[in-house]
Amino acid sequence: MSVPKLLVAGLASVLLAGCAGPAVPAASSPASSAAPTESHTITVITHDSFALDKATIAAFKAESGYDVTLVAPGDVGTVVNQLILTKDAPLGDVVYGIDNTFAGRAVTAGILSPYTSASLPKGADAYAADDAHSLTPIDYGDVCVNADTEWFTAKGLAVPATLDDLTDPRYKDLLVVENPASSSPGLAFLAATVGAKGDPGYLDYWKALKANGVKVAKGWTEAYTVHFSGSSGKGDRPLVVSYSSSPAYEHKTEVLTGTCFRQVEYAGVLAGAQNEVGARKFIDFLLSSDVQAQIPEQMYMNPIDPDVKLPADWTTYAATVTDPITVPVADLATQRETWIKAWTAAVIG
Amino acid sequence: MTGTVAVEAARGGSVRRGGGHAWVWAAAAALPVVFLAVFFAWPVAALVARGFVIDGAFTLAGVQEVLSSARTWRIVGQTLAQAVVGTAVSVLLGVPGAYVLYRCRFPGRRVLRAVVSVPFVLPTVVVGVAFQSLLTPNEPLGFLGLEESFPAIVAALVFFNYSVVVRTVGALWSRLDPRAEDAARTLGAGRIRVLGTVTLPALAPAIASAAALVFLFCASAFGVVLVLGGASYGTIETEIWYQTTQLLDLPAAAALSILQLVVVTASLLVAGATRARQERALRLSGNPVDAPLRVGDLPAVAVTAVVVGGLLLFPMLSLAWRSLVTADGLGLANYAALSGTTGQSTVSVWQALANSLATALAATLISVGLGLLVSYVLSRRPASASGRRWLRTLDAVFMLPLGVSAVTVGFGFLITLNRPPLDLRSSWLLIPIAQAMVALPLVVRTLLPTLRAIDPRLHEAAATLGAGPGRVVATIDLPFALRGLGLAVGFAFATSLGEFGATSFLARPDRPTLPVVIFQLIGRPGAENFGMALAASVVLAALTAVAMGLAEWIGPKEVNPW
Repeated sequence: MSVPKLLVAGLASVLLAGCAGPAVPAASSPASSAAPTESHTITVITHDSFALDKATIAAFKAESGYDVTLVAPGDVGTVVNQLILTKDAPLGDVVYGIDNTFAGRAVTAGILSPYTSASLPKGADAYAADDAHSLTPIDYGDVCVNADTEWFTAKGLAVPATLDDLTDPRYKDLLVVENPASSSPGLAFLAATVGAKGDPGYLDYWKALKANGVKVAKGWTEAYTVHFSGSSGKGDRPLVVSYSSSPAYEHKTEVLTGTCFRQVEYAGVLAGAQNEVGARKFIDFLLSSDVQAQIPEQMYMNPIDPDVKLPADWTTYAATVTDPITVPVADLATQRETWIKAWTAAVIG
Repeated sequence: MTGTVAVEAARGGSVRRGGGHAWVWAAAAALPVVFLAVFFAWPVAALVARGFVIDGAFTLAGVQEVLSSARTWRIVGQTLAQAVVGTAVSVLLGVPGAYVLYRCRFPGRRVLRAVVSVPFVLPTVVVGVAFQSLLTPNEPLGFLGLEESFPAIVAALVFFNYSVVVRTVGALWSRLDPRAEDAARTLGAGRIRVLGTVTLPALAPAIASAAALVFLFCASAFGVVLVLGGASYGTIETEIWYQTTQLLDLPAAAALSILQLVVVTASLLVAGATRARQERALRLSGNPVDAPLRVGDLPAVAVTAVVVGGLLLFPMLSLAWRSLVTADGLGLANYAALSGTTGQSTVSVWQALANSLATALAATLISVGLGLLVSYVLSRRPASASGRRWLRTLDAVFMLPLGVSAVTVGFGFLITLNRPPLDLRSSWLLIPIAQAMVALPLVVRTLLPTLRAIDPRLHEAAATLGAGPGRVVATIDLPFALRGLGLAVGFAFATSLGEFGATSFLARPDRPTLPVVIFQLIGRPGAENFGMALAASVVLAALTAVAMGLAEWIGPKEVNPW
């Protein structure tokens, strides 16, 4: 056998071994019937917006005695789908960052092991994703249309207030939204329109928005920093889909509180975790007042604990949304892809 | 006498050499092949294989559905158009650039060479935002009406890949013995004729190498396409990302991955065949050959000035300018903020920079080590036709990681490297490994043209004089390889510094690299975060320029193996 043939043979045999696929490990017994597992390491899977003060994480390490590994493989969709793909050999012990648009999918796929934290603040039950407590709510944020107040003042035009205002010809070519196929606030705003207009009414609404010149950007960064006139990017559109907290960072903007969809972010113990005890401790840690108080400045979300004091800029500038548009978690899980496909066909063509 | 003046005697393929030392090749090739198999072929194959299994049974249904949809073929068409046009423009503009920057002598040349390499590592999300910002209606270039257009994407692709052409072609051009050109001139050929019949044919292998690389980069471009392409534009790469990460539709992703492999393999075969036709031993000069600028260089200088000034420097300078804009006018506040962590991020930008440097160092060691081995094997000229065919296959195989989606590799890792001793899924080591795989093709393409151009008679002469195979490698091949090494190290280091696609899947929030932190910063509201993202990008760009400049400067200047 000549040398190159040897090489290729070697490559092929490795390839074939790969194709045979990893042996599926024996199904681990359900957590409920056995004592929870524990080890001295804990692997935390989060989305790529996760951020906490280093000292806080160090304090958790010191207190629990665990060696903590944080892994952030991408946005919430990437995280959930990776966890589903690796269900047989879990990537880690605990996940943080699954939101209500993906929660149903994660629960149905069976990647989570139920846990009811004693640290849950009162009222948090309103945010529960399912009856079994597969997921623990940690924070929430309202995705709303934001307006560049200065722009509207300068034009002598009233700031729009409702979803219907956005289809008014007076506001033609002023709104930029994110593509729900590639952006989580984009998906939240699509959900808002479904919640407000019903299915299939939301499609007619989007056709009207399209006729009124709505612009679609890939993600929040492009929409807010490039196209929105109220940010440092100095774009040419005074209306953008962002968060109710955004005005805390761009003071000359305001929130259209009638256009909001509430995004809730959860944490959960992964089924088959090597360290279930640690995973539960980490969830309690996320609910601790120390972490809850950091969430606004670090992750731009509202803490789930209503007793936690918000930063001064938040109380001054961020909007309080009392009556957000809602869509049941179960509907989000089953219909999300259908809505996105229909939306793409109607708006992008 | 034509282009073969310098190469007449070589006739590479007919010369039998080193035939008795097949084991040397095997040993040299084994390590890189195993590396590629474990960290690339296996994960990709395993994930694609999942696409053919629905509910535990093998089926072609999911794949067929994708292949029969008109949308799929529109996406394939857009991918090909983008890659072909991006490559053609990069080569057309890059070859004159290679001439000016590597064959002409003028003050500031070294700095300029480093500057053109900077775009190559800038984070795509920042470049996307920078280009987009220049092209929106209110901005300086808004009047062009190029927002979300095909030309905007091509311009961005050329922005990233110009230096690949300039450096790959320039490295060979600077060593091309001028005597063949001189002889042709003496015999009455005009400058154009000399260029067409002597110079370009001699450079063809390097041009083909560069074109293949750029094609792969353009075909698999991700971030910049998403940002600049607008919502209805899609390529195979963006579609794989969507189907895999957002929908977990593995059959659809598998079908697209196979299409991607077909496109990439076809392009590599074309490039390989072109190289094989053109490649021959060249007479290389021991020292770089250059001459002061002459009037006749004016067209090349003009083209290069427009490209470097308008397409490269203008967006970069506008980025640098905006990094200085703060709430209280121009200043360095954004840079001062880089050292803080309060309320911004888990680690400061400087810590992220240190992480990036450590990761890049590891990735460079891996990719250059493996790259030397691969290049050495690939530079052989086996006597048999089948031997040459295998070598060409091996060559193409080592290029594949550039053209295959980071999403496919990243998700493939998850289902393959999940058991001891290879449970690396949350290991830091996987990041430099993934980066090294992306850098390896660049290292090989940089080293190979110089190694392949070694006149086989040198080896024969050495062997005749009694030198063993080890001695031949040490005294002939290695000094030649070292000439390209500075550049290869620079490319590997820069690739690793700027790598985002593969890195983002493996990102560790407590130990992020600089591009990951930049991505986070630009994804947050507020002028401070945006300013910090720009300032951090400028730091990354400056670091790259310094690294590339150093790499070129450190490379041995006096090697004379003749």
